[in-house]
Order: sequence, then C-alpha cells, then structure tokens
Amino acid sequence: MVIFPLKMYEATAHFRKKRLVGPVDITIEAEGFTIVMGPNGAGKTTLLRLMHGLQRSSGGTVEWAVPQAKAREKQAYVFQSPIMMRRKVIDSIAYPLRLRGLSVSTARKNARECADRFGLENLLDSWAPILSGGEKQKLSLARALVIRPDILFLDEPCANLDGRAIREIEKILLDAQAAGTRIVMSTHDMGQARRLAQDIIFMYDGKIHEHTSVDAFFTAPTTKEAQAFINGEIVE
Amino acid sequence: MKRLFGTLLAAMLIASTSSAETLRMAVTTSFYNSGLSEILLPEIKADLGLDIQLIVVGTGQALRLGEAGDVDAILVHSRAAEDKFLDAGYGTHRREIMYNDFVFIGPSDDPAGVSEASSAADAFLAIANATATFVSRGDDSGTHKKEQSLWLEAGVNVEGDWYRAAGAGMGATLNVASGMNAYVFSDRASWLNFGNKGALELLYSGDPALFNQYAYIPVNPARWPHVREGLALTLEEWLVSEKAAELINGYTINGAHLFTFNATHP
Amino acid sequence: MISMQQGFWDAWKLIITFDRDLYEIVFLSLKVTVSAVIIASVVGLPMGAFLAVFRFKFRRYVIAALNALMGLPPVVVGLFVYMLLSRAGPLGGFGLLFSPIAMIIAQVIIIVPLIASISHQAIRDLWSEYHDLLISMNATRIQRVKALLWDGKRALLTAVLAGFGRAIGEVGAIMIVGGNIEHATRVLTTAIALETGKGNFAFAMGLGLVLITLAMLINILIHIVGKTERASTW
Repeated sequence: MVIFPLKMYEATAHFRKKRLVGPVDITIEAEGFTIVMGPNGAGKTTLLRLMHGLQRSSGGTVEWAVPQAKAREKQAYVFQSPIMMRRKVIDSIAYPLRLRGLSVSTARKNARECADRFGLENLLDSWAPILSGGEKQKLSLARALVIRPDILFLDEPCANLDGRAIREIEKILLDAQAAGTRIVMSTHDMGQARRLAQDIIFMYDGKIHEHTSVDAFFTAPTTKEAQAFINGEIVE
Repeated sequence: MKRLFGTLLAAMLIASTSSAETLRMAVTTSFYNSGLSEILLPEIKADLGLDIQLIVVGTGQALRLGEAGDVDAILVHSRAAEDKFLDAGYGTHRREIMYNDFVFIGPSDDPAGVSEASSAADAFLAIANATATFVSRGDDSGTHKKEQSLWLEAGVNVEGDWYRAAGAGMGATLNVASGMNAYVFSDRASWLNFGNKGALELLYSGDPALFNQYAYIPVNPARWPHVREGLALTLEEWLVSEKAAELINGYTINGAHLFTFNATHP
Repeated sequence: MISMQQGFWDAWKLIITFDRDLYEIVFLSLKVTVSAVIIASVVGLPMGAFLAVFRFKFRRYVIAALNALMGLPPVVVGLFVYMLLSRAGPLGGFGLLFSPIAMIIAQVIIIVPLIASISHQAIRDLWSEYHDLLISMNATRIQRVKALLWDGKRALLTAVLAGFGRAIGEVGAIMIVGGNIEHATRVLTTAIALETGKGNFAFAMGLGLVLITLAMLINILIHIVGKTERASTW
C-alpha cells in the first residue's frame, strides 16, 4: 500500500470562529526531509496535525492516496510534549505493535531490538512517566519508528532538550530518513533546520509563505517576514 | 488472577444452592424473640431432617407473605386476621399450637397506676386518662391488633402526643419504650428475653383477655402450587406431638414459664 | 447501662474461639458483598470507560442519569427488587426472594452506578491525556478502551473499593430482600440490626467490631495485591 502523495488543496483549519491555518496548498511526496518553520502562532503545529489527521479540516481537502484511516497505519507522530503511557519503557515501545496484533512476546522482542538502536536498552524496565525529558523524547521516537512508518511527523521534538540529547535525536532522524522514512518536522532552531532539512516550509499567520529548498530559503527568502525571521527579528 | 476470580465466583454460586430439605415459615417477632425457636428448630432438624428458614416479621406481613406465596407456612397469633386469610383461600386450615400471654410494662414509678388496674381494658383506660407516654408496635402485628382491640374495649380513642407508634418488632419497640421510660404492651416472652430493661418493670398481667393463641397455617397449594405441602404437614404433625408439647411447656426464661401447649388431636 | 467492657470481651471471645455462628455470618457477608462487587465491576468499569471514550447522541443524559442514580437510596432498591422477586411478582418464578442471590442482585444494582461513575471520571481524565496519542496510533475504539482500563487500573481499583465499602455496610436493601434468615441470609449488618433491636447491645457491638475489622482487612489485602504502596508506579 502506497500512501503518497499527500495533497492538500485550499485546506483550512478553524477553532471556533478563529482561523488557525489556511488556505494552504501542499503536496508531500515519498522522499525527503521537510522542515516547517515560522514564528510562534504561525500554525506549524496545526499544519502537522492537519496532515496527520489529528485536526479536521474546516474547508478544502486533505487527501492521501488511500483513505485517511488506512493511511495512518503507516504514519507516526512525535508530540512536542511527549505523551507517556503509564507503563514500562519496553511496553510503551511494544504497544503500537500490540495494536497491530502481535503477541506480547513478539512485540516485546521487537521493542527490545528497537530500544537497542536508540540507546534505551538500560531503561527497558523503567517506568516511562518518570524518565528525563530527553529520554522521553527518545522513547517517543522509538515508539514511533518501531512500526517502520512511511512518514514521520515531529512537532518541535527538541524544544526542551540539552545539546547532547538533540545531537542523538538528530542522528536518529537522519538515519531514519536514509532508511526511507519521509520526515516532516517543525522547529524553531535555524541551525537544526540547516543541518537536517532538504526543503523548508515557512509559515506566517496560518499561511505558507515559502516552500523551497533549504539553500534557496536561507540565501534568498522571497518574503519580508521570512527575511526578518532569518535575521532573528521578532516577527509579529 | 482472572482465573482465581473466576473459580471464586463459581464456587460461591455453587455453594449457594443448599441440599438439605428446607421449609420457609413466616413467624412473628414475638414468637422469635421468645427464644423458643432456638429450642425447637434443632429438634426438628434432628427428628425430621428439615431445615426451617424463619422469616421473622409482624403478623400483618406474615399473612401477606403467605398471600404472595413467598413462604410455605405461617405461625401467627391474631384470630380475626387468620380467619380472613383462610376465608380468602390463602391457607388450607389453622391448627392451634400453644398460647402465651401479654403483659403491661411501664416505668417503675408507675404514674398511671397500672399496677392497680382491675382488668386489661382498665389498665389501658388508666394510661389514657393519665396521658402517660405509651409506645405501640404500630406494625399491624398480632400484638398490635390485640392492643387495638383493648383500646376499643376501654372506649378510648387514641389521639395525642402521648401515644407513639414505633412501627417495629417487639424488641425494637421495647427499646424505644425503655429509652423513653414509657408504657408498652408486650408479650411476656419478649419482655423476659429483652436485654435493655432500663427503669421499666412488669406492672400488670393475668387477665384472661390477655391470652394470646398461636396458630399454624400451611399456605394453600391450590393457590401456590410450588409450596412444599408435604413438608408443611409433616412439620404440623411434629408441632402437635407429645415431644413438642414437652419442649414447649418446659421452656422457661429465668425460671418463668412462657408458653402453654394446647393443640388438640381431633 | 450495659457494660461495654463485658460486651467487647464477649465479642472477642466469640472471635478467637472461632464461634461457628459468628463465622457463618462473616462468611456469608463476604460471599454476598464480594460477589456483588465482582459482578458490579465487570459491568460498571467498562461502562464508565465506554462513556468516557465513545461519543453518542444521549451521552450527556446517560452521564447525568448515572450520577443521579448514585444517590438512589439503597432501601428503595430493596423494595423494588423485593417486588420483582416475590412469588406474586414478575420474576417470582425463579424463587429467588429471601436468598443470598436476591441480596447480591440488590447490592449490584446499588453499587453499579457508583463504580461506573468513578470509573468514568478517572477514565475521562486519562483519556484527555492519551487522546492525541491513541488516535495517532490508529487504535480502534475497543483498543482505546482497553488501554485506558489497563493504564487506569489504580483509579479503577478505587472505584471497586468504593463499591465494596458501600456494599459491606449496607443493611436496608438486603434486610428486605434477604429476610435476615438465620443461617441463610443473615449477614453482619442485618445481624447487628437484629441484636440491637433485641436490646443485645453488647453482642451487636461485637459484631460491629468484626465488621469494621473485616472492611479494613479487605482494603489492606487489595492494596497489597495491587501493590499500590510501592512508589507511584502503575
């Protein structure tokens, strides 16, 4: 089953009467690493949620190549504040596999292997909710990638982490992308964007102002808001 | 863990089905409180292999349980109500077993002068005239009906704060009277067995009008086919036997004799 | 005034000499209440979870009704069950009146709203935490309910305990539908009522002590089994 491409056509999202995002037009193909940037309140999170189906569009269309529910089988999402289940680390990673019908022992076996790759092997029996911030995000990533998704969404995953944790996570993401996972991630950190992105979506006031390759964005932004953002000015 | 609960539940449900022969009988609180059933039931079990399940309620409710077919037989002490029950076809027949008597209980200082009464009706009149606090069963029981018939005989229309209807069994009513240091009309057995006498005393008894006849009535199988008619009749025979006579006549509380066996064999 | 000391001592003697009548009453109390709690939990816990997770048309009214039913006076439930189970009533053919099963039925009706309500509250809170995650993972609605019930088991245990507490101390309904028959449907609460009514305060108090101790022991036992005291895990 191929879920790509994702086509959003004049998609909007509202909360009560307020417009959060839109109208936006994007196409997401199977390859690549896209980073979504923009000032606070620009609608980055909402855009990601629209793509993943966590937010219903109030207008326009958001369509994968297969129905939304089926498409989500091959997607994963990492939240800005990690959502931890009240279980052990190993069971947290195993959970998405259990949802797909694997037995407890098989799921745990796979979870163990996955944990090794993420450096979580010493924490397997720890209680998930009491891990440190960095450990929780690594766990969220492990949990997301254990099902080998076709596309991974991340909402500012490194927002509250220290340098070492950030480095570890960025490595994991690049490895995943190299292994074929499409990545769409939002971030504030321009350095991170430069390190990871292949193309940039710049958002402002709920609309997509720019969507170009990473080099083109940083050397020659076309809108003044984008330029101001790159310069480090506060963009209202 | 799930399995443990499962087997536990199954065991409990299985254990709830009894295997011995059982008979359900509604009896009055007065009878139960006398303690006589504790003597009789084990003997019945030993002689007949019969487990008697006693539902202890007032006469009124005992009769209603019989009407609804929720018991197999009743043992009550209110002739008028019993006759009505039989006329309506709820019982097969009535068999007199024994009698005890009612007594007047009241505060030891006896403000209404009940101890000097010349008869039961006279005692009630005295209480009404003195408007001394009186606690009644108020529960449509044999005792309550007897009390009402005596008020009627005394020509008293009970009205006023001094008359308190407890709406309860004999023990509970005695409790209330003890708590209020009031007059109360009770059967002798319940009084003797009562554990919280406080400042109350037995003030008057002996009037033949106070005799209290107990009768046994099997519920009519024509009306309720499921009742254990055979067992009910077996029990009846035992209750009118020599052995029962001995046990009933010989039953005493603190040396005081309570019931007089008076069953006849036609 | 009756001697309380004598009463306590009498009661204590009954307990340590394993008095047959006393222990028969204790065992019956446990049998009735534990059965009722098990059945009510099987019904009420998932009910609460379903209400928290599934959106359907009359959901608000059902939740309101559930909360209202918590205030149902137990003795009224007893009356209602009595009328149902009496031979003269619609379910009389089963001959269940004045049996432990009738008592279990009455208690189940009384505690299901309580257990379901607490379960619903707890699951609702947990659901708001897990909502985005479970949707993102494409969990079916049944899978969501299972995850919530499992992860929320500590709070659900509170619901079960609350149900147990309510049931073990209940006296009105089970008196009415059980008939307080000696050796058959007499439990701790109804025995206490009976003995108090007879004026045997001492013995009644002894029974009361046993009841309190029993309730506390069960609570401790459940805590040990659930290991709720060890850190703040699960």
